[in-house]
Amino acid sequence: MEKRNARQTREIVVPGDILDASGMKPGENAYVLDGKVRASAMGVRNVFQNTVGVIPLRGCYMPSSGDTVIGVIEDIGPSNWLVNINAPYPAPLHVNEVPWKVEFGDTSRYLSIGHVVILKVLSVDESRKISVTMKDSGLRRIEGGRLVKISHSKVSRVIGKSGSMISMLKNMTDCRITVGQNGMIWVDGDDENADVAAQAIMMIEEKAQSGNLTDKIKEFIEKRIPQDDDYDEGDE
Amino acid sequence: MSGHTDMVLVDENGMRIDGRTAEEHRPIKIEAGVLNNADGSAYVEIGKNKVLAAVYGPRECHPRHLQNPTKAIIQCKYNMQAFSVSDRKRPGPDRRSIEISKIISEALEKVVLTELYPRASIDVYIEILQANAGTRCAGLTAASVALADAGIPMRDIVPAIAAGKADGHVLLDLNKEEDNYGQADVPIAIVPSTDEIVLLQMDGNMTREEFDHAIELAVDACHQVYDIQKDALKKRYSAKPAKEGADE
Repeated sequence: MEKRNARQTREIVVPGDILDASGMKPGENAYVLDGKVRASAMGVRNVFQNTVGVIPLRGCYMPSSGDTVIGVIEDIGPSNWLVNINAPYPAPLHVNEVPWKVEFGDTSRYLSIGHVVILKVLSVDESRKISVTMKDSGLRRIEGGRLVKISHSKVSRVIGKSGSMISMLKNMTDCRITVGQNGMIWVDGDDENADVAAQAIMMIEEKAQSGNLTDKIKEFIEKRIPQDDDYDEGDE
Repeated sequence: MSGHTDMVLVDENGMRIDGRTAEEHRPIKIEAGVLNNADGSAYVEIGKNKVLAAVYGPRECHPRHLQNPTKAIIQCKYNMQAFSVSDRKRPGPDRRSIEISKIISEALEKVVLTELYPRASIDVYIEILQANAGTRCAGLTAASVALADAGIPMRDIVPAIAAGKADGHVLLDLNKEEDNYGQADVPIAIVPSTDEIVLLQMDGNMTREEFDHAIELAVDACHQVYDIQKDALKKRYSAKPAKEGADE
């Protein structure tokens, strides 16, 4: 865990700040003006090889193809459903993209308003039209459990380095957890354990800026759920 | 601009009624992220002006006919509270607030990367809690901090401030008395990285030279406002305990 401290200090930038004036290329959320790279969003300055960009701290979720997201059915059409996936636009889910054979006009028999589904983003085109699918392994309607909503920019913290945080959460709380890239997280398990897991996730969002988060969360959960010894390291 | 007074707005030493020099702005306080339910928000005090701005979006644009298939639109609503001025202001949109809403949204459109969100709408609500001249500048200052706080991609933050003329002197950031009994009021907003002007109005009369001087004063002051805006945004994240690193 110590090697983290070797990373350069995290510099918060706001729109218009100069990120680099020595000829680096603009990365994410950056643009060039008069040969200087400037930030176009508030976030943390991030240098990768010879590009400099900004990792946003806030902002709305913009889907990209391949993302797994959790959405809520918002509207029903004769051949599609409109799903709210916390993007600026609703995502239409066409009947061809669900694992059932649905007759025209029969959509509401399968999914109705308020149902929660796990989806995959198929594509997002030039005009930001989103298409999503439910035809893949693990994609389904979810029942039971609870939804925790966090900012999509904190999702990577909930998952952790190569999944360390999420596997620890799953092991220690004994819950089923599915994380959508859009910041919707589904937690299912014993009432008490799911409570703790949900609280832990909220805590991750709140303290996303601080270091040693995995240890802090571990401590937090241990206080509430006594752990058997064999659970300790959370490997799986 | 309309009334007349025997009040001495600028004394023989060049001091103004609130103790400022001609080239001094009123004390400014900015706080970002004051509202929980909005995507972004800011609270601004410029002298006795108190302004709250909230941003929602980008989100689906309603009503539909306003949608632009190539970029997002910015819908701004400037609203003065009934208790914001000494005589009760009749609530609801009027000619003045519709105008201010329009110019503020046009100023913001110049910096927000609207083409990233076609068909969407970014809604900006500006509430004037207390007014003391210069609320459109305070409103725009607050709105641009709130937009940045909402994480909306934008080229720069827009600061705004007014310059004007009272008692024959060119003054920066007019207060209520100077605005009411002065000769001219020139609100300005700029893009600090390029010094482009995104808002410029003039009420009253000035000579060409006075106007040039007023612009000069206001552009300088805009850069000072800009620094305060940036500090307010950064303070939101540095207020938290030390951040040693990330493990993603």
